[in-house]
Amino acid sequence: MKDLTDHALNIAQIEGARYADIRILDRREQVVSVKNGHVDGIGDQDSQGFGIRVLVGNSWGFAASAYLHRAEIERVAATAVKVARASALVPGEKIDLGPAVSSTGKYTTPIQIDPFSIPLEEKLDLLFRADAIMRRNAGVKVAEGNVLAIRNHKFFANSEGAYLEQVICETGGAIAATAVNDTEVQVRSHPNSFRYQGTGGWEYVTSADFVGNAERVAEEAVKLIFADVCPTGDTTLILGSSQLALQIHESCGHPTELDRVYGTEAAFAGRSFLTTDKRNHFKYGSGIVNLTADSVRATGLGTFAWDDEGIPASSTPLVKDGEFVGYLMSRETAAKLGLRSNGCMRADGWNRIPLIRMTNVSLEPGTWELEDLIADTDDGIYMETNRSWSIDDMRLNFQFGTEVGYEIKRGKRGRLLKNCTYAGITPEFWNSCDAITNDKYWTLWGTPNCGKGEPMQTMGTGHGASPARFRKIKVGVFQ
Amino acid sequence: MNFRQIADAVLSASKAEQTEVLALEQDESLTRFANNCVHQNVTERNVQITVRAVIGTKIGIAVSNDTRPESLRHLASRACDVAKLQPDNPEFKGLPEPQSVTPVAAYDHAVAECTPEHRAKTVGIICRKAATAGCSAAGSMTTSSLSIGVANSKGVSAEHRSTLADASTVIMGTNSSGWAQNTGWQLPAIDAEAIANEALAKLRLGIDPVDFEPGEYAVILDPYATADLLEMLAFDGMGALSVQEGRSWMNGRLGQRIMADSVSIIDDGLNTSGVPWPFDFEGVPKKVVPIVSSGVALTPVYDSFTAGRESDKHSTGHATPPSPQGRFGPAPMNLFLRPGTTSIEAMIKSTKLGLYITRFWYTRTVHPRDAVVTGMTRDGTFVIRNGEIAHPAKSLRFTQSYVDALKYTEAIGTSPRLLRSGFGGATSVPAVKLARFRFTSATK
Repeated sequence: MKDLTDHALNIAQIEGARYADIRILDRREQVVSVKNGHVDGIGDQDSQGFGIRVLVGNSWGFAASAYLHRAEIERVAATAVKVARASALVPGEKIDLGPAVSSTGKYTTPIQIDPFSIPLEEKLDLLFRADAIMRRNAGVKVAEGNVLAIRNHKFFANSEGAYLEQVICETGGAIAATAVNDTEVQVRSHPNSFRYQGTGGWEYVTSADFVGNAERVAEEAVKLIFADVCPTGDTTLILGSSQLALQIHESCGHPTELDRVYGTEAAFAGRSFLTTDKRNHFKYGSGIVNLTADSVRATGLGTFAWDDEGIPASSTPLVKDGEFVGYLMSRETAAKLGLRSNGCMRADGWNRIPLIRMTNVSLEPGTWELEDLIADTDDGIYMETNRSWSIDDMRLNFQFGTEVGYEIKRGKRGRLLKNCTYAGITPEFWNSCDAITNDKYWTLWGTPNCGKGEPMQTMGTGHGASPARFRKIKVGVFQ
Repeated sequence: MNFRQIADAVLSASKAEQTEVLALEQDESLTRFANNCVHQNVTERNVQITVRAVIGTKIGIAVSNDTRPESLRHLASRACDVAKLQPDNPEFKGLPEPQSVTPVAAYDHAVAECTPEHRAKTVGIICRKAATAGCSAAGSMTTSSLSIGVANSKGVSAEHRSTLADASTVIMGTNSSGWAQNTGWQLPAIDAEAIANEALAKLRLGIDPVDFEPGEYAVILDPYATADLLEMLAFDGMGALSVQEGRSWMNGRLGQRIMADSVSIIDDGLNTSGVPWPFDFEGVPKKVVPIVSSGVALTPVYDSFTAGRESDKHSTGHATPPSPQGRFGPAPMNLFLRPGTTSIEAMIKSTKLGLYITRFWYTRTVHPRDAVVTGMTRDGTFVIRNGEIAHPAKSLRFTQSYVDALKYTEAIGTSPRLLRSGFGGATSVPAVKLARFRFTSATK
């Protein structure tokens, strides 16, 4: 493969690039989906190709092709340079990439069981067993489940001497039961709402115990139909781990992306309230709030050895003791701040350029036991498992809905609540956090469907959290 | 390798009882700008081959972008192997039979051959106008060409090629912004001067926005916001699968007058004022489907699978691409909201207290059966008092049933705008005035 990457980089430089990189990617994905006792989808997808990114003067160009051979590499490298020269017709600032990157090495996601080695029959059997248990409950209208396995085998090389090979393996899946009546739809899912995915092997799926949870999931979906609606007002809110993970994603992960801060996502994904003057000078959350971006924790969807600019994986603080201290960065954006990239550039395929993406952005655990936290709460609501999500383009005003909620009265978990929603303003919300449970309850969740960039890229990101408590939160806003 | 060669290679290699091959070949280029300069400029050539192999009532799917002959044979074999593993699904009645497809023009050489220099010059117009005004522009321009081919072992054989051009911008000032977008399948649809002028006008109108108390107000929606109403309603239930599974806003409402008389929503894949597609991803010709007619919910759209589940239904030509991930179900790709007779100026003049809104952003379903959606206003929210725009307001969050919103439609605009939507289609929408719309919070 190195002869192809060398050839591409040579052509790009001969054509006039002062920097060039190439990614060659072979992606395989296998999905099995079951719905109401039938196969809903099953099969393999593969996609191969390469993308060449070049910097000519102070303008970027990128070209990609599915056809991997020397003549096409020459065409694509020359096209990338031509595109970059066109970019120079509307020029911007001088581009500095910071120190040269010349990493070399090889990395493979550590796995116990290769998910592609599991026969499709075995995957179907697992899903059909869970499906049958859910459909035993007469109130369930739709029972569904899926498992997936993804293997990305990629080579990266740049004109500064980097040459890297990585095999990243992702596995995941979920089950869900949908109950309906004349007026509404209620869904309960496990382990998370279409978001249970991580880097790992088949063991990642089996540990979720779909079959053992199927009866509970069905019962809860049906009970939700008859449950009381989430009341409206300001109250104490305890968020379960998976809902808190998405809260972190939307209100911490995205606003710390430095490309948003510099405006390059303004027309699509939006900007950020965390402007550069706020770094080290802004109280993002209460003193117990510590948020970290890392790409080294096992099983995270943001776990790898090098990002798509060849920067090694790392762990860096974003919020320390409530203070906003750091960004998710690329080489170019880090250099603008006089910093070094913390390795957050990722592309979702061979045909896309890398963008700043979350790695594993997590809330570090606190000290509370969950039972003690509930016992310490006089009046509030516990919400779990995401159902809807929305946040403004500056990442300030948000509103989330959850599949399920439980009233908390005088320190005890009480009646089931449906159609739960809560809303707030990001720094007000995180400053109202007064308790975080300990590492016993901490889970690293995956968000496989994070959208950003044009053309749209879908990226997997990781988010760890343990249940935490927030005071004076507006709930029940849509009733 | 052209589509016929790909199809022949797959169909001749397949050992399945029925086989279908779908090929999507795309050349797409996008020039992206921010801070008044081009910061991203990309071009891509790709092909995706999807094979459905049918054995009895079992379907196996395999997808690849490798068009070498041995790979295509292997693809057919993989799909077949996957089909064999499954239990029968009696709800599946087989692949579609061949039907006559009427060709429709949707290909513009100027779009297909658009150069990066042309795109840069086009977006450069927007950037320069923004810079001259002391503002900052961001946005993108896309030009793409797509060839779609569908063939199956029953004799379906359909090919179509189309182009799409789209440009959009948000222009930002100190404390306000404006948005504009053009979409079409022909290059003249993209008018950079007009896009920049529209966004700048909104930006200027929005300078120094003030807090505005959330509550229920009359709203006048620009076409950008109206498009969101149609697209979320499509996502939440204009396809037969969601109705059959009981999760659509159409459940319990079919045949009923649920929106104002003035509201008619049609899916028309053959209308050349949209981005036309003559057939769906199964090769079934597109039928014109009145989904809501004079306020009455009539029918969802069907593909062959969902039509086969009901005794009296036929596919309306709205299949989405088959995927191993599961059935997304049929979906409208070419929605038209029938224009009315009222200008935006007249809508404003007739409003005592209300809001004029440019577009919605980050909209998500809160309650699917009632199509309750939450989202934010963006790039221009204006308070109307006594028939005039009184002042700009900071962005507001709404939580509102889109079905109920259209029930209180007071007026529909005269000038529809075409805007890019999902699966390569586009939505044609005018402005609307709605008597009630519920805002639940405001941003800082």
